[in-house]
Amino acid sequence: MSEAAAPMIDIRDLNVTFTGGRKPVRAVNGVTFSVPRGEVLALLGESGSGKSVTLRSILNMHPKKRTVSSGSITAGGLDVMALSGRALADYRGKLTSMIFQEPLLAFDPVYTVGAQIVESIRRHEPVSKAEAYARALGLLQKVKIPSAERRLAAYPHEMSGGMRQRAMIALALACNPQILLADEPTTALDATVQIQILLLLRELQRELGLTVILVTHDIGVAVEVADRVAVMYAGRIVETGPVREIIRNPRHPYTQGLLASRAHGAMTGARLDAIPGAPPDLSSLPPGCAFRPRCKFAVTDCETIQPDETAVSPGHWMRCLRSAA
Amino acid sequence: MLLYALKRLVYMLPVALGVSLVCFMLVHITPGDPLTAVIPVDASAEVQAEMRAIYGFDKPLPVQYAIWLGKVMLGDLGTSIATGRAVLGEVMRAVGNTLMLAAVATMIGFFFGCLFGFVAGYFRNSPIDRIASLLSVLGVSVPHYWLGMVMVIIFSVQLNWLPATGAGPGGSTDWTWDWVHIRHLILPAITMSVIPMGVIARTVRALVAEILSQEFVHALAAKGLMDRGIFRHVVKNTAPTALAVMGLQLGYLLGGSILIETVFSWPGTGFLLNLAIFQRDLPLLQGTILVLAMFFVMLNLLVDVLQTALDPRIQRG
Repeated sequence: MSEAAAPMIDIRDLNVTFTGGRKPVRAVNGVTFSVPRGEVLALLGESGSGKSVTLRSILNMHPKKRTVSSGSITAGGLDVMALSGRALADYRGKLTSMIFQEPLLAFDPVYTVGAQIVESIRRHEPVSKAEAYARALGLLQKVKIPSAERRLAAYPHEMSGGMRQRAMIALALACNPQILLADEPTTALDATVQIQILLLLRELQRELGLTVILVTHDIGVAVEVADRVAVMYAGRIVETGPVREIIRNPRHPYTQGLLASRAHGAMTGARLDAIPGAPPDLSSLPPGCAFRPRCKFAVTDCETIQPDETAVSPGHWMRCLRSAA
Repeated sequence: MLLYALKRLVYMLPVALGVSLVCFMLVHITPGDPLTAVIPVDASAEVQAEMRAIYGFDKPLPVQYAIWLGKVMLGDLGTSIATGRAVLGEVMRAVGNTLMLAAVATMIGFFFGCLFGFVAGYFRNSPIDRIASLLSVLGVSVPHYWLGMVMVIIFSVQLNWLPATGAGPGGSTDWTWDWVHIRHLILPAITMSVIPMGVIARTVRALVAEILSQEFVHALAAKGLMDRGIFRHVVKNTAPTALAVMGLQLGYLLGGSILIETVFSWPGTGFLLNLAIFQRDLPLLQGTILVLAMFFVMLNLLVDVLQTALDPRIQRG
């Protein structure tokens, strides 16, 4: 981060509020982070923590009518929040592309996988249909889909879950993007397939020098692929740092709770440690720390004071009043 | 694909057989037999028996059915009791007229139904949506014989723009595609189109709304497609169901709307059925219903095959 080169993605004080419902829902509340070129950042958190909303903001995907956003997002030097119309469409899928959680839902069911990859290529580059198909074939081979030639003409429902997610990755890479956003890319897959997809993602990321933001609720996934982790809670980043550092030395009570609730490493027969309570209602957030009601270390000040970033070690900081503890 | 079509054709046989049985039984469900209506009340028992023998009503039912079915296969639907003419000819002429009316009405209905449906689906809960939805609800629920009469009052009686009845000048039955004849088609076709318009509009609106809420629409936007490109995907996702509904609607209209054809004196199957019922012309009634039922079966087959061709997820082997 201290390098002279500008970060590939730079988000400053991002706020996203959905105004479609009865009460405004404050999904993201002042998120700031940046990702240098070629780094993989995992946004970690439970449902409703604002991680997917943050991710979709990078593609400016939220419906303008029902969303109020503030702050700034810069991707590859582009001011994303100022983009609209054709300029926005040119940016999506070209500089930055996205992998969705459930590929069966993210592919149009009535077009072949090949046609959908070709569509993406031809949307951004003036190439012939034959040329685009040749490239699509190359992409399917790159993501290691067996008998790629035949799969090009297959419909999404004719593929297995793992193969569909590979095809989704091929689609995302179709126009040689520099930034890849992955929204829970392995959540919909079998455990055995998950690791294959993660290995593929890491391999492609290294080979192509991609800058990746990965959204997940699974610390195991983050450890597998990410260089850095940002833990989100109630629309805020509560702790961020290098993966190893976070795993070995979690400082925020929420991160500690997340790590303790993993099945990995737990004693057989022992109850898993769960974090008591439920995530807060984003339409009526308390003034202080949002995690306070579930936190076993909470003190009275936590109710009123929104904690600032506290450095733990270089590149590792968190937001908790009890940081000294 | 071809194999599938052939298979479906074979599956159609039992359905067709069942339909023919129902049509045949129709004559025998009614009290007495068809001849009671025609034979003078004071005719002697011998004459009555002779007439029965001529028409084959003295044989047991299964035999009668076999004979009747054999004749039907050869295209002989019997003769109309009222006019003495071959039923097949009468029915085919009426089917031709109804087919034309129904096809034109369905096309009009499909066009406006899709238009309203897409607009309403894209602009859900906006005033445009409410207007389009209101129109489609009206289309489904307005009694069309009433609408037909209102149309006649406005466009024929008041404005004198279009003829109110018949399928050609001076009650001529030879159709040609010229303005003189098309003039006669306009009012009944528009009146008839209101039904499929309403049904298709409501179906398409629901489909479009459902498709637009799906994840792949976001995914298409995320890969850089503009609204026009996404619209293409929405259309192709809507097409199979919209076409199926259109096919079924065409089927219903082929049955001829008795009311509309009667209001406009359009010489189609509905008009013919009406005639046959009131004249108690059972062979004509039987023949008309059989031909219509067969058309319906064929149409279903056609829609099925078309749908399979359009939607890769439907794979019936």
